[in-house]
Amino acid sequence: MAQFASLTLQQTDAARPIIEAIIADNPGVRVLNMPGAVKLDCDGKLTVNRASVEQRIGRTWDPQEIHLVLISMAGNLDEDDDHFTIAWRH
Amino acid sequence: MSVIAIRPDYEAHTEVRDRLGNFHGNQVVYVHWEKHLSFCAAIAFPLPPDMPFGAFIDNVIKPHYAPHPQAEAIDWAAVTWQIDGADATPDLGKSLAENGVGHKSIVRFWTPGLDGYHGSAS
Amino acid sequence: MSARKLGLKQRYALMTRGLDWETTYQPMEEVYPYDRFEGIKIRDWSEWEDPFRLTMDSYWKFQAEKERKLYAVLDSFAQSNGQTGISDPRYINAIKLFITGVSPLEYQAHRGFAFTGRHLRGVGPRVAAQMQSLDELRHAQTQIHTISHYNKFFNGMAEWPHMHDRVWYLSVPKSFFDDARTAGPFEFMIAIGFAFEYVLTNLLFVPFMSGAAYNGDLATVTFGFSAQSDESRHMTLGIEVIKFLLEQHPDNLPIVQKWVDKWFWRGHRVLGLVAMMMDYMLPKKVMSWKEAWEIYFTEAGGALFQDLARYGLRPPKYADVATAEAEHISHQNWCTFYQYTHAAAFHTWLPTAQEMDWLSEKYPNTFDKYYRPRYEMWAQMEKDGHRFYNMALPQLCTTCQIPMVYTEPGDPTTIAFRQSMYKNERYHFCSDGCKDIFDAEPEKFAQSWLPVHQIFQGNCGGATVPDVLDWYKLKVGEDNLDFGQSPDRKTWDEWQASKSRLAG
Ligand SMILES: [Fe+2]
Ligand SMILES: [Fe+2]
Ligand SMILES: [Zn+2]
Repeated sequence: MAQFASLTLQQTDAARPIIEAIIADNPGVRVLNMPGAVKLDCDGKLTVNRASVEQRIGRTWDPQEIHLVLISMAGNLDEDDDHFTIAWRH
Repeated sequence: MSVIAIRPDYEAHTEVRDRLGNFHGNQVVYVHWEKHLSFCAAIAFPLPPDMPFGAFIDNVIKPHYAPHPQAEAIDWAAVTWQIDGADATPDLGKSLAENGVGHKSIVRFWTPGLDGYHGSAS
Repeated sequence: MSARKLGLKQRYALMTRGLDWETTYQPMEEVYPYDRFEGIKIRDWSEWEDPFRLTMDSYWKFQAEKERKLYAVLDSFAQSNGQTGISDPRYINAIKLFITGVSPLEYQAHRGFAFTGRHLRGVGPRVAAQMQSLDELRHAQTQIHTISHYNKFFNGMAEWPHMHDRVWYLSVPKSFFDDARTAGPFEFMIAIGFAFEYVLTNLLFVPFMSGAAYNGDLATVTFGFSAQSDESRHMTLGIEVIKFLLEQHPDNLPIVQKWVDKWFWRGHRVLGLVAMMMDYMLPKKVMSWKEAWEIYFTEAGGALFQDLARYGLRPPKYADVATAEAEHISHQNWCTFYQYTHAAAFHTWLPTAQEMDWLSEKYPNTFDKYYRPRYEMWAQMEKDGHRFYNMALPQLCTTCQIPMVYTEPGDPTTIAFRQSMYKNERYHFCSDGCKDIFDAEPEKFAQSWLPVHQIFQGNCGGATVPDVLDWYKLKVGEDNLDFGQSPDRKTWDEWQASKSRLAG
């Protein structure tokens, strides 16, 4: 069975560039739209890149800011200065 | 002791709340009309152990199941019974206790030919 | 040139490690008396990894920001009379169940994590448990605050803490947390941190809160998702705790497996209330309970247990039974509240024709066969002036404390009866899952405070239903009975009438 790494984010202005960055940087990502929320699933691994979000919002962005719009996740997390990654493979 | 507790005397400090002695001379009896799940679960009553089984049917079972549209059609002579999982033929003149209905016993009954609203077990 | 900023991982290590010490005035064993009796073996606490590298200063910064956003929404919701804009006034009954049944659990979680934060001796899990304890207190507070607005207009919410401690169906969530909090700190972490937060909480907070958004309840969706942003951290703590215990010592595996089995089943039973909220109490539907179960348990849980298999951990026992029950549980629960509506602090109703069609579509294997006829029969009875009530009290499961309404696996027409004898007393269970839990700890569950038996013993205000409702502080004719005749309905209709007057 596929092991989806998954992030669910709020459907808000603050989350939109993050959602766009995820879709751009994670080929094959599956998008499930719900009222108020978006669930993004990708086989094995899903990454949010700081540079990719910064490019979209035109200011510096700390990956920890994702805490403000994160609803849920599935997978093991690796959080660092340049990315926020969730993955099933070690 | 199978519970893992920090104190070895755990059980000495517990209180079994359902003990027979807590029901003021009554025992708890559950009854369930099979294939009539409009009544979502078996129903519970505190009853004297010396209540005759016949009185249990007439004064407890019948009035509580009366709202069901099929209740009137029950042929009580044809009903089949189980007490605590074993088939039983209750003696209506004898008490609950004499019929083997103890504290927290479950009495289930089937009404042949009646399987709930349009046979849906409701 | 200024000094180079430290990287996140370095900064985190400096801010969280080396803050504790070996005690000298008192032996460590006495300072941490609770972290050994459960049999869990920890070789090296320093091997704990924190996936979220959130330091206390960032924690406060982010939490403050979340609060500012939430309270801005709550203010404007109140200012603009948001309560008049919800999709359908029946929706409010889900909120009543939430404040009486769920919010008190947030407070229980706060206390439970404060306890584990104090009593685990590793600094990593202590910091994480401490943050989670604060989060859970925040959740309780923001929920009370949000729902207090609805309490000004609708019944059934005013006495929520009193009701949580007394009302028959609220003993289900209450006893669930009482069980977790009276366990040792490791079991609590697996029960709440792993089984509840990681495996099951999504089912409560994601589709249901999305449903709140869909039904125009801006206030609830905002607290829901604000809480849920903390939840990702809680889920991560839950998965870290299980990996840590399994990596520390092979002897931990059977203990952890037993807890996973127990708490999965207990959580599944509690979430039956949410199943009913989603399928019956959200007038506009986002997804069915069964669909939510497929996404959040079958798919997400499947990936998780596939990952944990490398430690020898298997998926929870009876996961297959729980999945099969997803076809039934919401219907069986709603039917229960419909017939005991006189004893519940929220309103019930029969699903409309349109809603029944939705249920048929979402539950093609079960709804038309087993549940539609039940509703049709009750609708006929209502029409004939004999609305169906169950005037006897139900038999309860000793473990989950839910009325024994669940049916045999594979036979939805027969109730599942399970029994155990323990010290010459007979105990009843709704399922093999609940029976196994009792059989493993009979000394604990023989103490169950079962509301029905307590009523019979005379401990709940008196012998009649009105006496008991009074003891619950449940106002007859206001808080209970059908939505159709309720004062809530009247309030709503007046709002609608004044809207159409204004519209001319
Ligand atoms: Fe919470
Ligand atoms: Fe939580
Ligand atoms: Zn149970």
